[in-house]
Amino acid sequence: MRVIVDFDLCESNALCMANAPEVFEVRDDDFLYVLQEEPPDSLRPKVEAAARACPKAAITIVD
Amino acid sequence: MSADSTDEGLPTDGTAVVVGASLAGLRAAETLRAEGFEGRLLLVGDELHLPYDRPPLSKQVLAGTWPPERVVLADRSKLDAMRIEAMCGQGAIALDPVGRRITLEDGSVLEADGVVIATGASPRRLPGTEGNEAVGVLRTLDDAAALRARVLAHGPGCRVVVVGAGFIGSEVASTCAGLDCKVTVLEAMPTPLAPAVGEQIGAALATLHASAGVELRTRVGVTAVHPPDGPADGQPAEGAPAPGAAGWVVLTSGEWLAADVVVVGIGVRPNTAWLEDSGLELADGVVCDGSLFAADAVTAAGDLARWRWRRDGLDESVRIEHWQVAAEMGVAAARSLLAGRRRAPAFDPVPYFWSDQYGVRIQVLGRPDPADEVAFVDGSAEEGRYVALYGRQGRLRAALAVGRPRKLMAFRPLLAAGASWQEATSLPLD
Ligand SMILES: Cc1cc2nc3c(=O)[nH]c(=O)nc-3n(C[C@H](O)[C@H](O)[C@H](O)COP(=O)(O)OP(=O)(O)OC[C@H]3O[C@@H](n4cnc5c(N)ncnc54)[C@H](O)[C@@H]3O)c2cc1C
Ligand code: SF4
Repeated sequence: MRVIVDFDLCESNALCMANAPEVFEVRDDDFLYVLQEEPPDSLRPKVEAAARACPKAAITIVD
Repeated sequence: MSADSTDEGLPTDGTAVVVGASLAGLRAAETLRAEGFEGRLLLVGDELHLPYDRPPLSKQVLAGTWPPERVVLADRSKLDAMRIEAMCGQGAIALDPVGRRITLEDGSVLEADGVVIATGASPRRLPGTEGNEAVGVLRTLDDAAALRARVLAHGPGCRVVVVGAGFIGSEVASTCAGLDCKVTVLEAMPTPLAPAVGEQIGAALATLHASAGVELRTRVGVTAVHPPDGPADGQPAEGAPAPGAAGWVVLTSGEWLAADVVVVGIGVRPNTAWLEDSGLELADGVVCDGSLFAADAVTAAGDLARWRWRRDGLDESVRIEHWQVAAEMGVAAARSLLAGRRRAPAFDPVPYFWSDQYGVRIQVLGRPDPADEVAFVDGSAEEGRYVALYGRQGRLRAALAVGRPRKLMAFRPLLAAGASWQEATSLPLD
Protein backbone atom coordinates (compact mmCIF):
# COMPACT_ATOMS: atom_id res chain seq x y z
CA MET A 1 0.00 0.00 0.00
CA ARG A 2 1.29 3.43 -0.99
CA VAL A 3 -0.06 6.75 0.25
CA ILE A 4 -0.11 9.73 -2.07
CA VAL A 5 -1.14 13.21 -0.96
CA ASP A 6 -1.95 15.96 -3.41
CA PHE A 7 -0.33 18.84 -1.61
CA ASP A 8 -1.96 21.39 -3.89
CA LEU A 9 -5.31 20.31 -2.48
CA CYS A 10 -4.29 19.76 1.14
CA GLU A 11 -5.32 22.51 3.54
CA SER A 12 -3.55 21.19 6.62
CA ASN A 13 -6.62 20.76 8.80
CA ALA A 14 -5.18 17.55 10.29
CA LEU A 15 -8.30 15.43 9.88
CA CYS A 16 -6.22 12.63 8.35
CA MET A 17 -3.91 12.83 11.33
CA ALA A 18 -6.83 12.39 13.69
CA ASN A 19 -7.55 9.04 12.02
CA ALA A 20 -4.05 7.76 11.33
CA PRO A 21 -1.43 9.63 13.38
CA GLU A 22 1.10 6.91 12.52
CA VAL A 23 1.02 8.03 8.89
CA PHE A 24 -0.04 11.66 8.75
CA GLU A 25 1.30 14.52 10.81
CA VAL A 26 0.45 18.20 10.52
CA ARG A 27 3.26 20.01 12.28
CA ASP A 28 3.21 23.37 13.91
CA ASP A 29 4.50 24.93 10.69
CA ASP A 30 1.03 24.04 9.37
CA PHE A 31 2.36 21.64 6.73
CA LEU A 32 1.32 18.03 6.37
CA TYR A 33 4.06 15.41 6.53
CA VAL A 34 3.55 11.83 5.42
CA LEU A 35 5.48 9.84 7.99
CA GLN A 36 5.29 6.52 6.14
CA GLU A 37 4.71 6.52 2.42
CA GLU A 38 4.33 2.76 2.42
CA PRO A 39 2.58 1.93 5.67
CA PRO A 40 2.13 -1.73 6.67
CA ASP A 41 -1.15 -3.43 5.79
CA SER A 42 -2.12 -3.45 9.47
CA LEU A 43 -2.67 0.30 9.15
CA ARG A 44 -4.95 -0.02 6.13
CA PRO A 45 -8.25 0.55 8.00
CA LYS A 46 -6.84 3.70 9.61
CA VAL A 47 -5.38 4.99 6.37
CA GLU A 48 -8.65 4.36 4.57
CA ALA A 49 -10.51 6.20 7.32
CA ALA A 50 -8.04 9.06 6.94
CA ALA A 51 -8.59 9.23 3.18
CA ARG A 52 -12.35 9.29 3.72
CA ALA A 53 -12.10 11.98 6.37
CA CYS A 54 -10.05 14.31 4.19
CA PRO A 55 -12.27 17.25 3.23
CA LYS A 56 -10.32 17.83 0.07
CA ALA A 57 -10.05 14.22 -1.10
CA ALA A 58 -6.32 14.87 -1.22
CA ILE A 59 -5.30 11.37 -0.14
CA THR A 60 -5.06 8.45 -2.57
CA ILE A 61 -4.15 4.90 -1.69
CA VAL A 62 -2.52 2.79 -4.39
CA ASP A 63 -1.79 -0.89 -4.03
CA MET B 1 -42.95 -2.74 2.71
CA SER B 2 -43.73 -4.44 6.02
CA ALA B 3 -42.58 -3.12 9.38
CA ASP B 4 -40.40 -6.20 9.82
CA SER B 5 -38.30 -5.62 6.77
CA THR B 6 -37.61 -1.98 7.76
CA ASP B 7 -36.40 -3.27 11.09
CA GLU B 8 -34.01 -5.51 9.21
CA GLY B 9 -32.58 -2.54 7.39
CA LEU B 10 -32.86 -1.13 3.91
CA PRO B 11 -33.47 -3.87 1.31
CA THR B 12 -30.39 -3.76 -0.88
CA ASP B 13 -32.43 -3.73 -4.10
CA GLY B 14 -34.94 -1.11 -2.94
CA THR B 15 -35.06 2.64 -3.51
CA ALA B 16 -33.27 5.15 -1.31
CA VAL B 17 -33.84 8.89 -1.45
CA VAL B 18 -31.47 11.41 0.12
CA VAL B 19 -32.97 14.89 0.43
CA GLY B 20 -30.42 17.71 0.50
CA ALA B 21 -27.52 17.47 -1.95
CA SER B 22 -24.69 18.97 0.03
CA LEU B 23 -22.04 17.56 2.34
CA ALA B 24 -24.13 15.35 4.64
CA GLY B 25 -26.41 14.17 1.85
CA LEU B 26 -23.56 13.34 -0.50
CA ARG B 27 -21.66 11.43 2.19
CA ALA B 28 -24.84 9.48 2.98
CA ALA B 29 -25.40 8.58 -0.67
CA GLU B 30 -21.76 7.59 -1.19
CA THR B 31 -21.84 5.40 1.90
CA LEU B 32 -25.07 3.66 0.93
CA ARG B 33 -23.51 2.72 -2.38
CA ALA B 34 -20.09 1.82 -1.01
CA GLU B 35 -21.55 -0.38 1.72
CA GLY B 36 -23.76 -2.67 -0.25
CA PHE B 37 -26.89 -0.84 -1.41
CA GLU B 38 -27.52 -1.92 -5.02
CA GLY B 39 -30.90 -0.32 -5.69
CA ARG B 40 -32.01 3.04 -7.07
CA LEU B 41 -30.30 5.92 -5.28
CA LEU B 42 -31.61 9.47 -5.65
CA LEU B 43 -29.96 12.62 -4.33
CA VAL B 44 -32.45 15.47 -4.38
CA GLY B 45 -31.35 19.07 -3.86
CA ASP B 46 -32.93 22.47 -4.38
CA GLU B 47 -29.73 24.20 -5.48
CA LEU B 48 -28.85 24.21 -9.18
CA HIS B 49 -25.26 23.22 -8.43
CA LEU B 50 -23.90 19.74 -7.92
CA PRO B 51 -22.82 19.13 -4.30
CA TYR B 52 -20.13 21.58 -3.25
CA ASP B 53 -18.12 22.52 -0.22
CA ARG B 54 -19.02 25.57 1.87
CA PRO B 55 -15.97 26.30 4.08
CA PRO B 56 -13.94 27.78 1.18
CA LEU B 57 -16.75 30.22 0.37
CA SER B 58 -15.80 32.67 3.12
CA LYS B 59 -12.10 31.99 2.57
CA GLN B 60 -10.58 31.14 -0.85
CA VAL B 61 -13.65 31.80 -2.99
CA LEU B 62 -14.40 35.22 -1.50
CA ALA B 63 -10.68 36.05 -1.62
CA GLY B 64 -10.53 35.02 -5.29
CA THR B 65 -7.62 32.63 -4.78
CA TRP B 66 -9.77 29.67 -5.87
CA PRO B 67 -11.96 29.54 -8.93
CA PRO B 68 -15.52 28.72 -7.81
CA GLU B 69 -15.43 25.35 -9.67
CA ARG B 70 -12.86 24.11 -7.22
CA VAL B 71 -15.42 23.71 -4.43
CA VAL B 72 -17.30 20.92 -6.22
CA LEU B 73 -17.42 17.80 -4.02
CA ALA B 74 -18.60 15.36 -6.67
CA ASP B 75 -18.91 15.95 -10.40
CA ARG B 76 -21.26 14.16 -12.81
CA SER B 77 -18.79 11.46 -13.73
CA LYS B 78 -18.12 10.60 -10.10
CA LEU B 79 -21.85 10.51 -9.35
CA ASP B 80 -22.53 8.41 -12.46
CA ALA B 81 -19.81 5.97 -11.49
CA MET B 82 -21.56 5.46 -8.15
CA ARG B 83 -24.96 5.32 -9.86
CA ILE B 84 -26.22 8.24 -7.79
CA GLU B 85 -29.00 10.07 -9.61
CA ALA B 86 -28.57 13.71 -8.66
CA MET B 87 -31.71 15.77 -9.12
CA CYS B 88 -30.53 19.37 -8.84
CA GLY B 89 -32.90 22.31 -8.61
CA GLN B 90 -35.65 20.15 -7.12
CA GLY B 91 -36.89 21.18 -3.70
CA ALA B 92 -38.78 18.69 -1.56
CA ILE B 93 -41.97 20.17 -0.12
CA ALA B 94 -43.38 17.30 1.95
CA LEU B 95 -42.53 13.95 3.50
CA ASP B 96 -44.79 11.14 4.59
CA PRO B 97 -42.44 9.18 6.84
CA VAL B 98 -44.79 6.22 7.25
CA GLY B 99 -45.35 5.58 3.55
CA ARG B 100 -41.91 7.09 2.83
CA ARG B 101 -43.20 9.35 0.09
CA ILE B 102 -41.48 12.58 -0.80
CA THR B 103 -43.32 15.31 -2.70
CA LEU B 104 -41.25 17.61 -4.88
CA GLU B 105 -41.92 21.21 -5.90
CA ASP B 106 -43.14 20.17 -9.33
CA GLY B 107 -45.79 17.94 -7.72
CA SER B 108 -44.10 14.65 -8.50
CA VAL B 109 -43.86 12.05 -5.73
CA LEU B 110 -40.89 9.79 -4.97
CA GLU B 111 -41.52 6.53 -3.18
CA ALA B 112 -38.67 5.10 -1.15
CA ASP B 113 -37.75 2.22 1.11
CA GLY B 114 -35.35 4.42 3.03
CA VAL B 115 -34.91 8.19 3.37
CA VAL B 116 -32.04 10.36 4.59
CA ILE B 117 -32.98 13.93 5.48
CA ALA B 118 -30.04 16.32 5.03
CA THR B 119 -31.48 19.71 4.12
CA GLY B 120 -29.04 21.68 6.25
CA ALA B 121 -29.61 25.21 7.46
CA SER B 122 -30.14 28.72 6.13
CA PRO B 123 -28.79 32.02 7.43
CA ARG B 124 -30.92 34.22 9.59
CA ARG B 125 -31.52 37.63 8.06
CA LEU B 126 -31.86 41.00 9.68
CA PRO B 127 -35.55 41.80 9.94
CA GLY B 128 -36.57 44.44 7.43
CA THR B 129 -33.62 43.99 5.05
CA GLU B 130 -35.06 41.19 2.92
CA GLY B 131 -35.45 43.30 -0.22
CA ASN B 132 -32.07 45.05 -0.07
CA GLU B 133 -29.67 43.08 -2.27
CA ALA B 134 -26.63 44.88 -0.92
CA VAL B 135 -27.40 43.39 2.49
CA GLY B 136 -26.05 39.90 1.97
CA VAL B 137 -25.61 36.63 3.77
CA LEU B 138 -23.08 33.90 3.00
CA ARG B 139 -24.24 30.32 2.71
CA THR B 140 -24.23 29.41 -0.96
CA LEU B 141 -21.84 29.58 -3.89
CA ASP B 142 -24.13 32.21 -5.40
CA ASP B 143 -23.98 34.26 -2.18
CA ALA B 144 -20.17 34.14 -2.32
CA ALA B 145 -20.04 35.17 -5.98
CA ALA B 146 -22.47 38.04 -5.38
CA LEU B 147 -20.56 39.28 -2.34
CA ARG B 148 -17.23 39.15 -4.13
CA ALA B 149 -18.64 40.98 -7.17
CA ARG B 150 -20.07 43.70 -4.95
CA VAL B 151 -16.81 44.21 -3.07
CA LEU B 152 -14.78 44.34 -6.30
CA ALA B 153 -17.25 46.76 -7.89
CA HIS B 154 -16.66 49.24 -5.08
CA GLY B 155 -12.90 48.73 -5.31
CA PRO B 156 -10.25 49.25 -2.64
CA GLY B 157 -11.53 51.10 0.40
CA CYS B 158 -14.96 49.49 0.03
CA ARG B 159 -16.79 50.05 3.30
CA VAL B 160 -17.93 46.64 4.53
CA VAL B 161 -20.08 46.29 7.61
CA VAL B 162 -20.27 42.75 8.99
CA VAL B 163 -23.13 42.13 11.39
CA GLY B 164 -22.17 39.37 13.82
CA ALA B 165 -18.66 38.42 14.98
CA GLY B 166 -19.21 34.67 14.90
CA PHE B 167 -16.92 32.36 12.94
CA ILE B 168 -18.39 33.13 9.52
CA GLY B 169 -18.65 36.86 10.18
CA SER B 170 -15.04 36.92 11.37
CA GLU B 171 -13.84 35.00 8.32
CA VAL B 172 -15.70 37.38 6.01
CA ALA B 173 -14.16 40.35 7.82
CA SER B 174 -10.71 38.81 7.56
CA THR B 175 -11.05 38.03 3.86
CA CYS B 176 -12.50 41.46 3.06
CA ALA B 177 -9.64 43.13 4.95
CA GLY B 178 -7.32 41.16 2.67
CA LEU B 179 -9.17 42.68 -0.30
CA ASP B 180 -8.31 46.18 0.98
CA CYS B 181 -11.77 46.89 2.32
CA LYS B 182 -12.44 49.11 5.27
CA VAL B 183 -14.20 46.65 7.57
CA THR B 184 -16.34 47.20 10.66
CA VAL B 185 -17.69 44.22 12.61
CA LEU B 186 -20.71 44.72 14.84
CA GLU B 187 -21.39 42.34 17.69
CA ALA B 188 -24.31 42.41 20.12
CA MET B 189 -22.57 40.45 22.87
CA PRO B 190 -19.80 41.90 25.05
CA THR B 191 -17.41 39.09 23.98
CA PRO B 192 -17.65 37.58 20.50
CA LEU B 193 -17.78 33.78 20.30
CA ALA B 194 -18.34 33.47 24.06
CA PRO B 195 -21.14 30.90 23.64
CA ALA B 196 -18.89 28.79 21.38
CA VAL B 197 -15.51 28.98 23.14
CA GLY B 198 -16.08 30.79 26.43
CA GLU B 199 -15.26 34.33 27.61
CA GLN B 200 -11.51 33.94 27.98
CA ILE B 201 -10.72 32.47 24.56
CA GLY B 202 -13.44 34.55 22.92
CA ALA B 203 -11.72 37.69 24.18
CA ALA B 204 -8.35 36.43 22.94
CA LEU B 205 -9.72 35.64 19.48
CA ALA B 206 -11.43 39.03 19.29
CA THR B 207 -8.04 40.75 19.28
CA LEU B 208 -7.31 39.23 15.85
CA HIS B 209 -9.61 41.75 14.17
CA ALA B 210 -7.53 44.73 15.21
CA SER B 211 -4.37 43.02 13.96
CA ALA B 212 -5.67 43.47 10.41
CA GLY B 213 -7.08 46.96 10.95
CA VAL B 214 -10.64 45.72 11.28
CA GLU B 215 -12.76 47.64 13.74
CA LEU B 216 -14.73 45.41 16.14
CA ARG B 217 -17.58 47.06 18.00
CA THR B 218 -19.25 45.03 20.71
CA ARG B 219 -22.51 45.53 22.64
CA VAL B 220 -24.08 47.08 19.61
CA GLY B 221 -27.05 46.01 17.53
CA VAL B 222 -28.58 47.13 14.26
CA THR B 223 -32.01 48.72 14.28
CA ALA B 224 -32.33 49.35 10.54
CA VAL B 225 -30.50 49.46 7.24
CA HIS B 226 -31.70 52.38 5.10
CA PRO B 227 -30.98 52.59 1.38
CA PRO B 228 -28.56 55.41 0.35
CA ASP B 229 -31.50 57.64 -0.57
CA GLY B 230 -33.23 56.65 2.68
CA PRO B 231 -34.99 58.92 5.14
CA ALA B 232 -33.37 62.34 5.59
CA ASP B 233 -34.49 62.26 9.18
CA GLY B 234 -31.47 61.60 11.39
CA GLN B 235 -29.11 61.14 8.44
CA PRO B 236 -25.62 62.55 9.03
CA ALA B 237 -24.77 65.53 6.83
CA GLU B 238 -21.60 63.93 5.47
CA GLY B 239 -20.28 60.63 4.17
CA ALA B 240 -23.47 59.54 2.46
CA PRO B 241 -23.13 56.20 0.67
CA ALA B 242 -23.22 56.32 -3.13
CA PRO B 243 -26.15 54.97 -5.11
CA GLY B 244 -25.69 51.19 -5.43
CA ALA B 245 -24.29 50.96 -1.92
CA ALA B 246 -26.03 49.08 0.87
CA GLY B 247 -26.82 52.40 2.58
CA TRP B 248 -26.94 53.49 6.18
CA VAL B 249 -26.64 50.99 8.98
CA VAL B 250 -28.42 52.44 11.99
CA LEU B 251 -27.07 51.21 15.31
CA THR B 252 -28.80 50.74 18.65
CA SER B 253 -26.55 53.55 19.89
CA GLY B 254 -28.33 55.88 17.47
CA GLU B 255 -25.26 56.20 15.26
CA TRP B 256 -25.45 55.90 11.44
CA LEU B 257 -22.70 54.00 9.61
CA ALA B 258 -22.29 54.42 5.86
CA ALA B 259 -21.80 51.03 4.19
CA ASP B 260 -21.10 49.98 0.62
CA VAL B 261 -21.67 46.34 1.48
CA VAL B 262 -23.38 44.75 4.48
CA VAL B 263 -22.92 41.07 5.33
CA VAL B 264 -25.09 39.50 8.00
CA GLY B 265 -23.70 36.54 9.93
CA ILE B 266 -26.03 36.10 12.87
CA GLY B 267 -26.44 32.35 12.76
CA VAL B 268 -28.52 29.85 10.89
CA ARG B 269 -31.87 28.14 11.18
CA PRO B 270 -32.35 24.45 10.29
CA ASN B 271 -34.28 23.89 7.03
CA THR B 272 -37.25 22.02 8.46
CA ALA B 273 -40.13 24.03 6.95
CA TRP B 274 -40.80 21.31 4.38
CA LEU B 275 -41.25 18.78 7.22
CA GLU B 276 -43.85 20.84 9.10
CA ASP B 277 -46.72 18.45 8.27
CA SER B 278 -44.67 15.25 8.30
CA GLY B 279 -45.48 14.31 11.87
CA LEU B 280 -41.76 14.05 12.63
CA GLU B 281 -40.71 15.72 15.85
CA LEU B 282 -39.17 19.11 15.10
CA ALA B 283 -37.43 21.16 17.78
CA ASP B 284 -34.79 23.49 16.36
CA GLY B 285 -33.96 20.69 13.94
CA VAL B 286 -35.22 17.19 13.21
CA VAL B 287 -35.23 15.19 16.42
CA CYS B 288 -33.48 11.82 16.06
CA ASP B 289 -32.67 8.95 18.37
CA GLY B 290 -29.13 7.94 19.29
CA SER B 291 -28.49 6.29 15.93
CA LEU B 292 -29.97 9.13 13.85
CA PHE B 293 -33.44 7.69 13.17
CA ALA B 294 -36.22 10.26 12.96
CA ALA B 295 -38.68 7.44 12.18
CA ASP B 296 -38.40 3.82 11.00
CA ALA B 297 -36.29 3.80 7.81
CA VAL B 298 -35.91 7.59 7.98
CA THR B 299 -32.62 9.02 9.24
CA ALA B 300 -31.26 12.57 9.33
CA ALA B 301 -27.78 14.05 9.17
CA GLY B 302 -25.91 17.34 9.13
CA ASP B 303 -26.71 20.85 10.26
CA LEU B 304 -30.44 20.16 10.62
CA ALA B 305 -30.21 16.96 12.65
CA ARG B 306 -30.56 16.87 16.41
CA TRP B 307 -29.67 13.56 17.95
CA ARG B 308 -29.70 12.05 21.40
CA TRP B 309 -26.09 11.78 22.45
CA ARG B 310 -25.27 9.70 25.49
CA ARG B 311 -21.66 9.46 26.62
CA ASP B 312 -19.62 9.80 29.79
CA GLY B 313 -22.69 10.10 31.96
CA LEU B 314 -24.14 12.89 29.81
CA ASP B 315 -27.44 12.53 28.02
CA GLU B 316 -27.99 15.47 25.70
CA SER B 317 -29.99 16.46 22.67
CA VAL B 318 -27.40 17.94 20.36
CA ARG B 319 -27.32 19.76 17.03
CA ILE B 320 -23.91 20.77 15.68
CA GLU B 321 -23.19 22.99 12.68
CA HIS B 322 -19.72 21.91 11.61
CA TRP B 323 -18.26 20.37 8.50
CA GLN B 324 -16.67 17.32 10.07
CA VAL B 325 -19.72 16.40 12.11
CA ALA B 326 -21.99 16.80 9.07
CA ALA B 327 -19.69 14.56 7.03
CA GLU B 328 -19.47 11.86 9.69
CA MET B 329 -23.17 12.07 10.36
CA GLY B 330 -23.92 11.51 6.68
CA VAL B 331 -21.88 8.32 6.81
CA ALA B 332 -23.54 7.22 10.08
CA ALA B 333 -27.08 8.00 8.86
CA ALA B 334 -26.50 5.78 5.82
CA ARG B 335 -25.08 2.97 7.94
CA SER B 336 -28.04 3.17 10.31
CA LEU B 337 -30.44 2.91 7.41
CA LEU B 338 -28.59 -0.13 6.09
CA ALA B 339 -28.47 -1.81 9.49
CA GLY B 340 -32.06 -1.11 10.52
CA ARG B 341 -33.24 0.50 13.70
CA ARG B 342 -32.69 -2.47 15.98
CA ARG B 343 -29.08 -3.06 15.05
CA ALA B 344 -27.80 0.44 14.27
CA PRO B 345 -24.97 1.63 16.52
CA ALA B 346 -25.13 4.95 18.37
CA PHE B 347 -23.60 7.99 16.68
CA ASP B 348 -20.74 8.97 18.98
CA PRO B 349 -18.31 11.36 17.26
CA VAL B 350 -15.45 13.46 18.50
CA PRO B 351 -16.73 16.77 17.10
CA TYR B 352 -14.16 18.85 15.27
CA PHE B 353 -14.18 22.20 13.56
CA TRP B 354 -11.78 24.75 12.27
CA SER B 355 -11.85 28.38 11.25
CA ASP B 356 -9.24 30.24 9.24
CA GLN B 357 -9.04 33.93 9.89
CA TYR B 358 -6.38 36.64 9.86
CA GLY B 359 -3.76 34.11 8.85
CA VAL B 360 -4.30 31.83 11.83
CA ARG B 361 -6.00 28.49 12.07
CA ILE B 362 -8.36 27.93 14.97
CA GLN B 363 -9.22 24.26 15.61
CA VAL B 364 -11.56 22.80 18.16
CA LEU B 365 -12.10 19.20 19.22
CA GLY B 366 -15.04 18.26 21.39
CA ARG B 367 -17.74 20.62 22.63
CA PRO B 368 -16.61 23.54 24.76
CA ASP B 369 -19.19 24.95 27.15
CA PRO B 370 -18.95 28.57 28.30
CA ALA B 371 -19.12 27.34 31.90
CA ASP B 372 -16.15 24.96 31.52
CA GLU B 373 -12.88 25.33 33.35
CA VAL B 374 -10.11 26.39 30.91
CA ALA B 375 -6.42 25.51 31.14
CA PHE B 376 -3.65 26.49 28.73
CA VAL B 377 -1.37 23.49 28.23
CA ASP B 378 0.83 24.95 25.51
CA GLY B 379 1.68 28.55 24.61
CA SER B 380 -0.44 31.46 25.77
CA ALA B 381 -2.98 33.92 24.50
CA GLU B 382 -0.25 36.60 24.49
CA GLU B 383 1.93 34.49 22.16
CA GLY B 384 -1.02 34.03 19.86
CA ARG B 385 -0.37 30.29 19.52
CA TYR B 386 -1.71 27.93 22.08
CA VAL B 387 -3.60 24.82 23.08
CA ALA B 388 -6.34 25.28 25.68
CA LEU B 389 -8.34 22.51 27.32
CA TYR B 390 -11.93 22.66 28.54
CA GLY B 391 -12.98 20.56 31.53
CA ARG B 392 -16.23 19.84 33.31
CA GLN B 393 -17.12 17.49 36.14
CA GLY B 394 -13.57 16.18 36.34
CA ARG B 395 -13.44 15.27 32.66
CA LEU B 396 -11.82 16.62 29.54
CA ARG B 397 -14.59 18.04 27.34
CA ALA B 398 -12.86 19.92 24.56
CA ALA B 399 -9.53 21.18 23.28
CA LEU B 400 -8.89 24.31 21.25
CA ALA B 401 -5.75 25.28 19.40
CA VAL B 402 -4.59 28.37 17.62
CA GLY B 403 -1.74 27.60 15.23
CA ARG B 404 -0.96 24.28 16.93
CA PRO B 405 -2.52 21.49 14.82
CA ARG B 406 -0.13 18.74 15.84
CA LYS B 407 -0.41 19.30 19.56
CA LEU B 408 -4.17 19.62 19.36
CA MET B 409 -4.56 16.22 17.74
CA ALA B 410 -2.78 14.59 20.67
CA PHE B 411 -5.99 15.18 22.62
CA ARG B 412 -8.29 13.44 20.19
CA PRO B 413 -7.78 9.92 21.58
CA LEU B 414 -8.26 11.29 25.09
CA LEU B 415 -11.57 12.88 24.12
CA ALA B 416 -12.68 9.69 22.38
CA ALA B 417 -11.86 7.68 25.51
CA GLY B 418 -13.52 10.15 27.91
CA ALA B 419 -10.26 10.95 29.71
CA SER B 420 -10.18 12.64 33.09
CA TRP B 421 -9.25 16.31 33.49
CA GLN B 422 -6.26 15.24 35.54
CA GLU B 423 -4.94 12.93 32.80
CA ALA B 424 -5.51 15.50 30.07
CA THR B 425 -3.86 18.42 31.81
CA SER B 426 -0.80 16.35 32.63
CA LEU B 427 -0.33 14.89 29.13
CA PRO B 428 3.27 15.53 28.09
CA LEU B 429 3.46 17.63 24.88
CA ASP B 430 6.79 17.67 23.09
C1 LIG C 1 -19.36 30.29 4.43
C2 LIG C 1 -19.27 29.07 5.29
C3 LIG C 1 -18.05 28.71 5.86
C4 LIG C 1 -17.94 27.59 6.68
N1 LIG C 1 -16.73 27.30 7.20
C5 LIG C 1 -16.61 26.23 8.03
C6 LIG C 1 -15.35 25.92 8.60
O1 LIG C 1 -14.34 26.59 8.37
N2 LIG C 1 -15.28 24.85 9.42
C7 LIG C 1 -16.36 24.07 9.72
O2 LIG C 1 -16.24 23.13 10.48
N3 LIG C 1 -17.58 24.34 9.17
C8 LIG C 1 -17.72 25.40 8.33
N4 LIG C 1 -18.95 25.69 7.77
C9 LIG C 1 -20.11 24.83 8.10
C10 LIG C 1 -20.29 23.65 7.14
O3 LIG C 1 -20.15 24.08 5.83
C11 LIG C 1 -21.65 23.05 7.37
O4 LIG C 1 -21.64 22.45 8.63
C12 LIG C 1 -22.03 22.01 6.32
O5 LIG C 1 -22.18 22.62 5.07
C13 LIG C 1 -23.31 21.29 6.69
O6 LIG C 1 -23.66 20.41 5.68
P1 LIG C 1 -25.16 19.91 5.48
O7 LIG C 1 -25.10 18.98 4.31
O8 LIG C 1 -25.72 19.43 6.76
O9 LIG C 1 -26.04 21.19 5.14
P2 LIG C 1 -25.93 22.25 3.96
O10 LIG C 1 -24.54 22.39 3.51
O11 LIG C 1 -26.68 23.44 4.44
O12 LIG C 1 -26.74 21.57 2.78
C14 LIG C 1 -28.12 21.37 2.76
C15 LIG C 1 -28.57 21.34 1.31
O13 LIG C 1 -29.95 21.02 1.25
C16 LIG C 1 -30.61 21.92 0.38
N5 LIG C 1 -32.03 22.00 0.76
C17 LIG C 1 -32.59 22.74 1.75
N6 LIG C 1 -33.93 22.53 1.79
C18 LIG C 1 -34.22 21.65 0.80
C19 LIG C 1 -35.42 21.03 0.35
N7 LIG C 1 -36.61 21.29 0.93
N8 LIG C 1 -35.36 20.17 -0.70
C20 LIG C 1 -34.16 19.89 -1.29
N9 LIG C 1 -33.00 20.44 -0.90
C21 LIG C 1 -33.01 21.31 0.15
C22 LIG C 1 -29.86 23.21 0.59
O14 LIG C 1 -30.08 24.12 -0.47
C23 LIG C 1 -28.43 22.69 0.62
O15 LIG C 1 -27.91 22.51 -0.67
C24 LIG C 1 -19.08 26.80 6.95
C25 LIG C 1 -20.32 27.16 6.39
C26 LIG C 1 -20.42 28.27 5.57
C27 LIG C 1 -21.75 28.64 4.98
S1 SF4 D 1 -7.18 15.63 5.89
FE1 SF4 D 1 -6.66 16.20 3.79
S2 SF4 D 1 -6.63 18.41 3.79
FE2 SF4 D 1 -6.52 17.76 5.93
S3 SF4 D 1 -4.35 17.68 6.42
FE3 SF4 D 1 -4.94 15.63 5.75
S4 SF4 D 1 -4.54 15.60 3.54
FE4 SF4 D 1 -4.54 17.73 4.16
